[in-house]
Amino acid sequence: MAQSMNFLAIGMFAIFVAATLGITFWAARRTRSASDFYAAGGGITGLQNGLAIAGDFMSAASFLGISGLVFASGFDGLIYSIGFLVGWPLILFLLAERLRNLGRYTFADAVSFRLRPLPIRTLAACGTLCVVALYLVAQMVGAGKLIQLLFGLPYPVAVVLVGCLMILYVTFGGMLATTWVQLIKACLLLFGATVMAVAVLMRTGWSLDGLFSAAVAKHPKGVEIMSPGGLVSDPISAISLGLALMFGTAGLPHILMRFFTVPDAVQARRSVFFATGFIGYFYILTFIIGFGAIMLLRGDPAFLAEDGSGIRGGNNMAAIHLAQAVGGDVFLGFISAVAFATILAVVSGLTLAGASAISHDLYASVWCAGTPNEAREVRVSRIATVLLGLAAIGLGISFEQQNVAYMVGLAFAIAASVNFPILFLSMFWPGLTTRGATVGGAIGLFTAVMCMILGPTIWVDILGHDAPIFPYKHPALFSTTAAFICIILVSRADRSAQGERERAAFGAQFVRSQTGFGAAGAAEH
Amino acid sequence: MSEISARIAADPAFVALQKSRSRFAWSLAGIVLVAYFSFILIIAFMPQVFGRVVGDSETLTLGIPIGLVIIVLCFLLTGIYVRRANRVFDPALRDILDRHLESDSGLNAEANGAGDEGLSPR
Repeated sequence: MAQSMNFLAIGMFAIFVAATLGITFWAARRTRSASDFYAAGGGITGLQNGLAIAGDFMSAASFLGISGLVFASGFDGLIYSIGFLVGWPLILFLLAERLRNLGRYTFADAVSFRLRPLPIRTLAACGTLCVVALYLVAQMVGAGKLIQLLFGLPYPVAVVLVGCLMILYVTFGGMLATTWVQLIKACLLLFGATVMAVAVLMRTGWSLDGLFSAAVAKHPKGVEIMSPGGLVSDPISAISLGLALMFGTAGLPHILMRFFTVPDAVQARRSVFFATGFIGYFYILTFIIGFGAIMLLRGDPAFLAEDGSGIRGGNNMAAIHLAQAVGGDVFLGFISAVAFATILAVVSGLTLAGASAISHDLYASVWCAGTPNEAREVRVSRIATVLLGLAAIGLGISFEQQNVAYMVGLAFAIAASVNFPILFLSMFWPGLTTRGATVGGAIGLFTAVMCMILGPTIWVDILGHDAPIFPYKHPALFSTTAAFICIILVSRADRSAQGERERAAFGAQFVRSQTGFGAAGAAEH
Repeated sequence: MSEISARIAADPAFVALQKSRSRFAWSLAGIVLVAYFSFILIIAFMPQVFGRVVGDSETLTLGIPIGLVIIVLCFLLTGIYVRRANRVFDPALRDILDRHLESDSGLNAEANGAGDEGLSPR
C-alpha cells in the first residue's frame, strides 16, 4: 500500500481524535454530579439520542462484520441485520417509556423499584459485565485488524491505542462526551456508507438485479449466496440466533442506559423512532455494500491475500477494501478513519455501561447500601473505567481470530438470557419476586455461558477438542427459555413475606411506569 | 402505595386508558413478532422458499425483498406508535393526572412538579 494513503487515513483519523478530545475536555468541565457522569445530566434530545443509539448499534461489528458476512455468504448477512433491527420496535412498544419512568442511571434501577436491590443489582451487574466484555472484545478485534491493515501498526499496538483513547473519553467526559463522540461518528458513518452504496449502485446502472447478477457471477458459491445457507445450517441454530438477536437488543446495558439521558418518556419514545429509522437505513446500506464488495473485490488480485486465503485482512475488511475500489485512496482514508472512530465511540459507550454497573449497582447500591457519597461513586466509576479498559485490551489481544459479528451474537445471547427476562417480567408480571428473579436470572446466565464454553466455538475452535458437548453455536433458545421458566417457577413457589410485599408493590410500580409520576428528572432535586 | 397513585390506579378512566394503550402496543408487537418469527422459521425449516427467484429476474430471490419489507415495516410501526402515543395517549393521561392533582390541593405543589417530569408540557 502506498505511503501517501497511510498519511491520508492517519491525518483524517487524527482530526477526528483531536475533535473528540476537544469535546471530552468541554464535557469534563460540565460533568460534576453523578447524573452528569452517567446520564449526561438528562439533557439530550430525542433526535440526538436516536442518533447516539443508532451509533451504538452501527458498531464495527455491524459495519465491518455484517458487510463481511454478506461478502462471505450473501443472504445470511440479512438475517443478522433484521435480527438486530426487530428488537427496536419491541423496545419501543413495551419497554422504553416504562424504563425511563422507573429508572435513573442503569436498567437495574428499574428492576429494583420493587425487588430487593442487593441480589438484583448484583445479578444485573454480572449480566452487564459479561455482555460488555464480549461486546468489547468484538470491537477491539475489529479495531486491531483495521489498524493493522491500514496503518501497518502491529495488532497489539492498535488495540492498546483504542483502549487508551476510550479510557480518556469515559473517565474525563462521562456520558456527555460519550454521547457526542457517538453522535458525530454516527453522522460520518451514515454519510460514508451512503456514498459507498450509491457508488456501487452507479456501477450497476441503479439496478439491484444487476448488482446481484454480477455478485453471483463472481462468488465461488454462485446462486447459493442468494438464499439462506451455511451460516444457519440447522433449524435450532436459526431460531436460537433469532431469539438472541431480538431479545438481546432489549437487554443490552449500554443501549438501555441511553434512555436515561433524555429528559422524559416522550423523548425516550422519539429516540427509538429515530434510531429505528437510522439503523434500518444503515442495514440496507450494508447489504448493498456487502454485495458490492462481492462484485468488485472477488477475483481482483489487488485485494487478495498473498497466501490465497481470501481477501487481505479477512472478510471483516470487505467494506474497507470496497471503499478503495469505488473511491480511491482518499475515500479509503475517510472510511478507515470513520471505522476506527466507530470502534472508539462504541467501546466508550460499552465501557461506561460496564463502569456504571460496577460503581452504581455494585458499589453505591450494594456495597454502600444505597447511601454512597456521590463524589466517591463517580470516582469509583472512573477507576472501574480504567480497569475495564485494561481488561478490554488484554481480551482483545487474546481473541484475535474470531468473527466479530459472531462475538456480538454471543453478547446478545447473554443479554437475552439474563437482563431481558428480568427486566421484562418485572414490568409485566406482578408475580415476580426477588427470589425468582435472582435464581432464574443466574440460571439463565449460567446456561448461556456454559453452552457457549461447551459449544463449537470455544470447546472445539479455541480449546481444540474434537467434538462439542453442546452441539449448537447459539445458546439463546435454551438459556432464555431456562431463565423464563425458572424465574416463573421460583417466584410462584416463593411464599415469603418479602415476596408478598413485592407482589403488592406492583400497583405502585405500574402507575409510576405508565405516568412518570415521581420519575427521576433531568437532574438531582 | 402513596395515596395519590392509589387513587390514579383505581380511576376507571386510567384503567380504560391503560387497557387500550396496552392492547395497541401488544398488537403492534404481535405484528413484529409474527413477521420476524415467520422469517426465521422459514429460514429454519424451508430455506428453499426464500431461494426461489422472483418474477422475470435471473437472480433476485424472494428472501431479499421480504427482508427489506421487514426492515421498512419496523420503521413504519414505530412511527405509528409514536404518533398515536403523542396524539391520543399522552393528552388523555395528562387529563387524568391533572384531574387528580387538582382535586387534592395539599399534594398539588409537589405532585405537579413530578407530573411535569413524566410528561413534557405541550
